[in-house]
This record gives sequence, C-alpha cells and structure tokens, in this order.
Amino acid sequence: MVKAIEATGIAVVHICTIVPISQTVGANRIVPAVAIPHPLGDPTKSHEEEKMIRRAILEKALEALKTPITEQTVFN
Amino acid sequence: MTYRIVHYINQFFAGIGGEEKAGTGPESKDGAIGPGMAFKAAFGSEAEIVGTVICGDGYFAENMDGASEKILKMISDFSPDAVIAGPAFNAGRYGTACGAVSEAVSKKLGIPVVTGMYPENPGVDMYRKGIYIVETSDSARGIKDAVPAMAKLIMKLLRAEPVGSPADEGYIERGVRVNCFQDKIGAERAVDMLVKKLKGEEFRTEYPMPVFDRVAPAEPIKDMKNAVIALVTSGGIVPKGNPDHIEASSATKYGTYSIAGVQSADEVAYATAHGGYDPTYANTDPNRVLPIDVLREMEKNGEFKKLYDYFFTTVGNGTPVANAKKFGTEIGARLKKDGVDAVILTST
Amino acid sequence: MKLELMKVIVKSVSWGDRTEILKDGTLKVNKKELLEHVSDEENLKSIDAEIALPGESVRITPVKDAIQPRYKVEGGGQVFPGMVSDVESVGEGKTIVLEGAAVITCGRIVGFQEGIVDMSGKGAEYTPFSKTCNVVLVFEPKEGIEVYAYEKACRLAGLKAAMYLAKCVHEAGVTPDKTETFEIPPFARSMKEFPGLPKVAYLYMLQTQGLLHDTYVYGVDAKRILPTIIHPNETMDGAIVSGNCVSACDKNSTYVHQNNPVIRSLYERHGKDINFVGVIITNENVTLADKRRSSSFAVKIAKMFGVDGVVISEEGFGNPDADLIMNCRRAEKAGVKTVLITDEYAGRDGASQSLADAAQEADAVVTAGNANMIIDLSPMEKVIGFTEYVNVIAGGFDGSLKPDGSIEVELQAITGATCELGFNKLGAETW
Repeated sequence: MVKAIEATGIAVVHICTIVPISQTVGANRIVPAVAIPHPLGDPTKSHEEEKMIRRAILEKALEALKTPITEQTVFN
Repeated sequence: MTYRIVHYINQFFAGIGGEEKAGTGPESKDGAIGPGMAFKAAFGSEAEIVGTVICGDGYFAENMDGASEKILKMISDFSPDAVIAGPAFNAGRYGTACGAVSEAVSKKLGIPVVTGMYPENPGVDMYRKGIYIVETSDSARGIKDAVPAMAKLIMKLLRAEPVGSPADEGYIERGVRVNCFQDKIGAERAVDMLVKKLKGEEFRTEYPMPVFDRVAPAEPIKDMKNAVIALVTSGGIVPKGNPDHIEASSATKYGTYSIAGVQSADEVAYATAHGGYDPTYANTDPNRVLPIDVLREMEKNGEFKKLYDYFFTTVGNGTPVANAKKFGTEIGARLKKDGVDAVILTST
Repeated sequence: MKLELMKVIVKSVSWGDRTEILKDGTLKVNKKELLEHVSDEENLKSIDAEIALPGESVRITPVKDAIQPRYKVEGGGQVFPGMVSDVESVGEGKTIVLEGAAVITCGRIVGFQEGIVDMSGKGAEYTPFSKTCNVVLVFEPKEGIEVYAYEKACRLAGLKAAMYLAKCVHEAGVTPDKTETFEIPPFARSMKEFPGLPKVAYLYMLQTQGLLHDTYVYGVDAKRILPTIIHPNETMDGAIVSGNCVSACDKNSTYVHQNNPVIRSLYERHGKDINFVGVIITNENVTLADKRRSSSFAVKIAKMFGVDGVVISEEGFGNPDADLIMNCRRAEKAGVKTVLITDEYAGRDGASQSLADAAQEADAVVTAGNANMIIDLSPMEKVIGFTEYVNVIAGGFDGSLKPDGSIEVELQAITGATCELGFNKLGAETW
C-alpha cells in the first residue's frame, strides 16, 4: 500500500513497529513505532505521557517527509 | 454441441509474408488457415475454427492499444466460445502479441483462451500471470507437440474441467499458489529436507522466496508549513460498528471516512476491525493507531497546513499484497487529485 | 529422560453412568460428573457438553482449543503443569493417552477470531479434529466478565476436562493398546552419541501477541520468557498449552503441542540420520526489540548446543513472519542450516506474495498451504456452538454465512487447517 501510494509521486512515511518487514516490502521512509497493538501509544504510561510519545513519533515522521533520500531510510 | 473457436496468428503463419510484411494491419478470415489446419484436425468434431484473425507483428508492436482493440472486435464478431493464439515459439514480437491478445480476450470477453510459447519468449514474463501459455519448443518444428497440448487444454477449459498442474497440463507456471495434499505431513517433509540439506544433497524448497519490487523515493516536502497531509492506516481503525464491514483478516476493501472537524479518534466513535492483534489498546484509545489528536494540535501550531479531510483505513492482517496494492493505487490517485502533499501511513 | 506414552485407542464416545473405556474402544463419559468437575461459577454462566464423532453431520464453532486427554500415572509432576496441575517438571515416567479422543472448547466469541470444525464434508478434510472423537464443551460467559478472565476460564475448563477423562479411564482400570517410549539422555551423553551424525535441534516458535494470541509454558505467559531449552518429552505431558485461536488455521491448539509432529519426526530419524539433541522454545512478541532479543538469544542457544541444523516452526503469520526470517537469517549466518515450516497468505487467487517478510537465506521452506483459499462448507444437520459469528471471524467475511446454513470462508477459519507444526498433509505448489 505504501509503495502504490508513493508510486503516484506523493511522499509517504511508514510508521510501523516491525521495521524489517517494512524494509523487505520496500517502504522508503520508515519511522519505528512503539508496539504492534499500540504503534503510537503506550498504555503503561499516563495519557499525557502517551501524547508526548505520539508527538515525538509524528514529529519524526514530518522530519522524514522533509528529508531528501535516495534509498530506504529508517528515521530512528 | 460444437464449440466455436477463433484462432489468432501473425502474417508469417498466415502465409502473407515474412519480415517485409510485418506491417500488415489486422484482418479477419473465415475458417482455419496455416497452423489452424493442425488444430482443426486435433479438435475433430468437438470444436471448429470458425475464423482466423491475423495481424503483422510489426504493426501490433507499434500500435499495441489500437491493434488490440481492433483484433478484439474482429474476434468477438465471430461470437466464439474460446480463442487460441499462436503458438509463437520463440518469436518475441509474435509472443508479445499473442500474450496481449490472450489477456484482452480473457479480461474483456471472459472466454477461455490458450496460447503457446517457448519459455524464454519475452511474452511469457509479460503475460504468464493472467493466461495459460503452453510450453513449446523454440521453433515451428515443435508444432506437432504444441498443437495437441494447446487443443487439450482449451477443450478442458471449454468443458469447465479442473485444470491440473503445469507439469501435468504442459503450461508455463503462472505463479499462482495452489493448495495440494502431499504424500507426507509437513513435519516429515521438513525433517526430510533438513537431512538432505545437511548431507549436501539436492532438495527442493516448497516456497521459493519472492523478490519484492521497489519504488523510487518520492521528492521530500519542501514547505511543510503549507503542506496538506493525509492519514492512512492498515491498523483497521473504523467508525464504531464497522459500517463497511471491513474484514478482520484478508481485507478485500478499505474505508474512506471524513474526519473534518474531528479533534480526536476517541473510543466512543472509533474502534478497530483488525483481527491480528490484541484490540484492547486500540479500542481504549484509537489515537494509538490513528493519531488524530496530536496531528490536530500540530496543525493548529502551524507545523503543517492541513490534515486532509478524510482518512483511509484497511486491515493489514493477512491481506494479499495484490489487494493492498490496489487500495494504495486508488487512494494515491484520489490524494493526487485533491492536492495532498504527503501521507502518514500507520501500521500495527 | 524417558517417557512412556501408554496409548488407549478410543473409537467412539458416548454418555454413560461412569467415565471409563469399554472393551470395544468406546469412551463412556459421565456427563454430570464431567460438568461438575469443570464448572466455574465465578466466570461462566453455563457450561454444556456435547459429543461430535467423525463422519457426523455436525459443525462446531467458534472453536477455541482442542486438547488430548492425558494423565500421568508415573514420574514427577502431572499433565498441564502450572495450569491445572502443580508446577513440577514433567516428561518422565508414564502417561496415559486417550488416542483418538479430544476435548474441544467452544463458546461465545471473545474478539473476532475462532475456528470451525466440521465432522464431515469438505471442511472435515482440512481439520485434524474431524478425525477425533470429540467431547465438546460449550461456554456462556457471565455478563460483564472481562475478556481476559473469560478467555482464561475457557482455557482452564478444557484442560481440566481432558485431564479428568484420562484420569477416570486410568482409575477405572485399563490396559493400554500400545506403549511408545521416548528417550534422550542428558547432554553430557547425548552429545557424544552417534558420532558422525549431524546434531539437530528444533527451534519451536510460540505465538505470544496478546489476548487470544498467547501460549503458556508451565503456566508462564511465553511472551515473558527468554528463549529456553525444553526436553521434547515435556511437550508430551502438556508443558506447553495454547491460549490462542485467532485465524484458527495456523494457531497451535494444545492438542498439536501435545502431539508435536516435528518432535515426533525428529525422534523417528534420531540415531539413523540425525542426532536429535533438544528443543529450544522462543516467542513472537510485538516490539522489534523483543523480536531481536529473542531471535538473538534462541540462535545463541543453538550455537551453544553446537548443532549443525535446526527445524524452525512458525506460529501464525504477518509480523511473526519477521521473527521466522530473523531466526533463519541469524542461524544460517551462525553456520546452522535451517528448514522452515510456515503457511501462506497468497490471496484467494493465490497470486500474491505469501509471506510478509523474505530472505535469500530461507532456501528450504515447507509450506502448510495457502490459508486464503476459499472453501464452501455445506450445511450440517447439527451445529454445536453459535454460527452467527461466522461473518466476523478471521477468514470469514460479510455474507459468509448463507441463509441455508452453508458457509463460504477462507481456509483460515478452519481449526488447524494450515498448522505450521506440519501436522497435516496439506501443502502448496506454484501453478
């Protein structure tokens, strides 16, 4: 799905937990997530802390979208 | 009843001429011509070649879309039950034409079609997925073997009989995975394979690893403050009640839902339809998968211009790559049309 | 360690006054006593029991687990340690096995995701549990019960029932029809045995992804373990039990853990073609760090064993494909040759890529079949359980359940159909 959207020329950032799958399948901009059942959250934390985590991942995603790349890149 | 079959061939096999006549445009003749005579003999009284459609290889290669359309029209004018094309042996342009015509017949006319080629013919790689291509030798000398194999296969398709494996039926692998019962259980097959691998003996994997295709990275966003960003997820977040009934696994569809004015993917309005992970966390706070709450804050802060008014969602659980690709293409086309600059895609 | 499985062949099941096995192979079950034995008033509103035999026009759904009745009569510990028995180690001594019988648990759905077992017709060809004589427990949860508690209550009731049946048969007095012996000596000896034969271990991946996707080892939730060594005989005494049944085709029920065919096949070749030295269990967790830690640790154990080869079995699909590929890559890099057992999600037409991850090192793969294949299940005279969930279980879709009671689903929904322990003969080929 990532690749098919990107094929139209729109930049896509893939936020996912299992980075190796995303790499194998061929996403270009990859941002690691927290865990499969809660990629952008952490139920062990308070609501506010969770939002901080979420924000950090999304900021990284915007950063990835702004960054010129020539090959698959994981934005850690 | 006698089945009506149309045969597609090139200018050479129609006896019009060789390379110098390759520019011949499509034409249609009643009855069988050239190799069609051999097919006629193979069919006996069960099927009849009612017409032959001919096109020069050069003409076809230079006018692919237009030629296909004309040829398809000529074929359908015969009201056939099935079509055979070629065999093209190792002739590259002829193979491509046979492949293209066969694919068009299969897709647009929805009737059985069989062609024949040498495995290295470029038409094989281009069209093997959608159609049956009988394996032939590399030159017309192989016509004796090609005709009975193609005739047998097309008759099977006409009679709606189950088609067996490539080895049994003589066609080139289409790359389709088919379930089969084996002689031994999987665990025994695995230990047999390991023993062979350890001894250095030859073994055959039951699943050759695929090579994934690649897409060139898109240009980055130069002006994030003026960018429109769309949110897509394979984590299955849907409006509560899953109005479009997206499947928990092996999704055949995706949903498009408005989030205009929505400030947060709260647990009252949203839930996950995904069957592949513990849904508790996503259902307690769907923002953990579909982060609308924080994206709205970032939008307000002017970190980017606008969150696109719709989000797209599907379930990535056991969903075939072909479906995912189709969803992506459709979503991409819509986003492109609506001037979206970038996509954030979340997966579970 | 030496374990003798004393097998009592069960040819049929019927209700009776006393739970025992008759000379003709009929397992008589005192239904009232069974239900009293497994009752759980705190969590379950009701439990009923039904019988389903091979060839009958019976459909069971939604199926959660299948368990083979076993009971230890000699040696330390008792079956299903840490679950319904004490936590003492098992795998030695003698264990009674009711071969041909199974307890099937079935009850109102928890999430999306439980299986179908048909006792006859097309669906029966695909599930191992159409060939067993089944005692089916049907649960109704108490209202308002938390899903985790409900899931656990169902799981424990099934284990209790299986143990109860084998125990009663033993206590009523029985002569086993056959005895099978499984023995692997301590490492100090086993490593020196069969010089010249390659040493082989089994890397046994356990699904551990959360609710309905869990596995328990001696009662420990396997997502919390580091990969460890287990004697193959321990699995035969129920040291590993299922807590999952999502996409029921490729989740290992307790029954297949008890009868792990990889362990059986390795034992068969032991001393002939290979020296089978042990089993390493590992998990399939939900974060990348967990996956990397477990994969690295499991392969390290294989290296410490000094094995030449491993069979690696996956459980489930999707992100566990990443665990499978990671395990394969690391092992091959460490010079340990691998064979993988997986199943495929190649689409209903079989034309898609089958796994979510791939690696060139994975050159020896056994497949248990394409789980996306569509299968039509004709209506059955009797349904045990609740068919109204068929549209929403994994492998089902809107319109799966037809008005006449027939069902069109993916193989995915059939319990055990593409078991990645290689329990079945089903495979797949490229056509």
